[in-house]
Amino acid sequence: MSDTQKTEGSARAPTEARGEWPLWEVFVRSKAGLDHKHCGSLHASDAAMAIQMARDVYTRRQEGTSIWVVRSEQIVASDPAEKDAYFDPMADKVYRHPTFYALPKSVDHM
Amino acid sequence: MPAASIDVARDPHVQYLLRVGDTCLIQAQRLAEWCGHAPVLEEDIALTNIALDLVGQARAVLSRAGRLEGERGGVPHDEDELAFLRDERDFLNLTLTELPRGDFAVTVLRNAALATFFKLLWQRLESSSDPDVAGIAAKAVKEARYHQRHAADWVLRLGGGTDESRQRLQAAVDHLWPYTPELFDADDVDDAAASSGLGPRWAELEAGWRAEIEPLLDEAGVKRPPPRAFRSTGKRGVHSEHMGYILAEMQTLQRSYPGGVW
Repeated sequence: MSDTQKTEGSARAPTEARGEWPLWEVFVRSKAGLDHKHCGSLHASDAAMAIQMARDVYTRRQEGTSIWVVRSEQIVASDPAEKDAYFDPMADKVYRHPTFYALPKSVDHM
Repeated sequence: MPAASIDVARDPHVQYLLRVGDTCLIQAQRLAEWCGHAPVLEEDIALTNIALDLVGQARAVLSRAGRLEGERGGVPHDEDELAFLRDERDFLNLTLTELPRGDFAVTVLRNAALATFFKLLWQRLESSSDPDVAGIAAKAVKEARYHQRHAADWVLRLGGGTDESRQRLQAAVDHLWPYTPELFDADDVDDAAASSGLGPRWAELEAGWRAEIEPLLDEAGVKRPPPRAFRSTGKRGVHSEHMGYILAEMQTLQRSYPGGVW
């Protein structure tokens, strides 16, 4: 718990030092049943303001029926420098796709 | 050769609609001044969205008012003629809307006062005897609800913010509040609209407006100035000194290049 607070505190300090509101990532669902998709980011002082501003910035042309926002600093991302090690080994593993396997004739129409 | 001004039908029903449409139009014009100047980019877009909503409402209501002129035996006008070729005395917007945009506190407080008023007015106009007006109201009431939420949110944030933000909000209340009694001043235009079922007397909206706006100001920690005898009269066509400047800026293109289009 105290670790989390510490992390938040140190991440917030640089933006506030410049007098800027924290950054939020915005996710919009275009219609019921579809996923929320990341569509951009914005600055807002708190969650309520972030939702309101997301409505005005990202749904003004009928893009949305639902909005999620999350503090950008709360997103944990993979390291771009590790991209080769992380993702390239998957390129030659065709047997990980179900279509690699030949099915018996009786069920092959799947 | 500058375009000549049009004469507007002196019909109370037309005047009732002009009060609605002109208040939307001038409020939109004032809000549009923030485009490129709002405190943050996100708010710039929000204020411009609201201004565009109000332009849309003004277009719909002015179009209906212009057709009504014809139906009432006068010369019909379209929305552009009404917006760009009327003289100051023929504009019937509330004086509150034409006051300079001021700082951000003045802007959001005026938005809160007007959006609350419009929400209540559109709700009543949804059952107007004029089906066009009822249709416009059904769409506009949703927009006004959002405008009210947006503005009320900022009033609370400024009231509960820093000493400076609270002082600015208090200064905005002191400055704007003397112009709010005009919203509910009764006259024969209201009577005519009420008796035909076109729309409510605006005085009927006062209790509902106070019930929403006064707790908001209380929660924001600002005080309303005591009532004064002063009454502004924009909705009767007698405006403040600021109105001429707005019209000059808004109308210059159509006056100089009559009928010019994009």
